[in-house]
Amino acid sequence: MSAVLELVEFDAEGFMNDAKAWTPEIGEAIAATLGITLTNRHWVVINFARKEFTEKGEAPSLRRITKTTDVDTKEIYQLFPGGPAKVAAKIAGLSKPTGCI
Amino acid sequence: MAQLDVAPVLEQISSKKVRKLCIISSKGSLDMAYPPLILANAARMSGIDADLFFTFWGLDIITKKKMDKLSVATVGNPNMHPWFHIPTIIGMLPGMSAMASWMMRREIDKLDFPPVGEFVEMVMDAGARVYGCKMSMDMMKLTKNDLVDGSEVLGAMEFLELAEDAQTLFV
Repeated sequence: MSAVLELVEFDAEGFMNDAKAWTPEIGEAIAATLGITLTNRHWVVINFARKEFTEKGEAPSLRRITKTTDVDTKEIYQLFPGGPAKVAAKIAGLSKPTGCI
Repeated sequence: MAQLDVAPVLEQISSKKVRKLCIISSKGSLDMAYPPLILANAARMSGIDADLFFTFWGLDIITKKKMDKLSVATVGNPNMHPWFHIPTIIGMLPGMSAMASWMMRREIDKLDFPPVGEFVEMVMDAGARVYGCKMSMDMMKLTKNDLVDGSEVLGAMEFLELAEDAQTLFV
C-alpha cells in the first residue's frame, strides 16, 4: 500500500471514515489500489461528487452525476469498473452511497 | 469516449466470479415496470451482473411504442394510496386510469427516477442485458424490431441457461 494511505482510516468495506481527511493524493492512491489510473474524466466525477458532498452532506446519486456533468452512463461505467457508485465514492473519500438510482 | 465498449470491462469483472442477478418481468403496468428496472440498475451500480427477461405483459416495458405509455390500473387495484384511494365503481369511469397514471408519473419524476423508456436505456447503458420472451412475442405478434434497440429475443430454456448460478427474481 502506498505511503499516502498509511495514516488514512477506512471502514470494513474500504470507504474512508472521515471524508474531510481526503486529499487528491489520497484519491490517486485509493484508485491505484483498485487498479484505476485517474484521468481528467475521472476527476470530473470525483470533483463533482466532492462538491455535492460538501454542499449537501451526502454523495450524489449516479443519476445526478450523469445528468449534471458531461459524463454519461456508459462512460461512468467504463471509468469506474466494478460498480461505479461504490468505486467512485471510495476514490472520492466519501461514505457508502445510499441512493437507489 | 462514447464509442468505447463496456464488454471488455464486464469480461474482466466476470472473471472474478461476480454475483449475478436475473430478473423475470411479467407485468406491464406503470407501477410494476419500476421494480425490475430499479433492481437491475442498483445491481449494476454496485458491480453485480444483471439480466432482464421480459415476458407476457412485461414485454410492454421494452416495446418501443408502449414503453412510455404504460398506465396504472384503477380497477381491482387495492393499493392506490399514497395518492388517493379510488373505489372500484369510480375507477371504472373513463379517464380515471389516465389521471392516476399522470399522477404517478409526476411523483416518480419528483424522485428523479426517469420515465420508463429512458430508464430502460439507462440500465442497458449500465451493462444490464435485456431479453424479450420469444413465445410471448409470437403470441402478441411482435418482432425484434418492435423491441428497444440492443435487446435480444430468447426462449425460456435459453434464459434458464443464462440464469444458471444467478439469483433469480420473478416480478
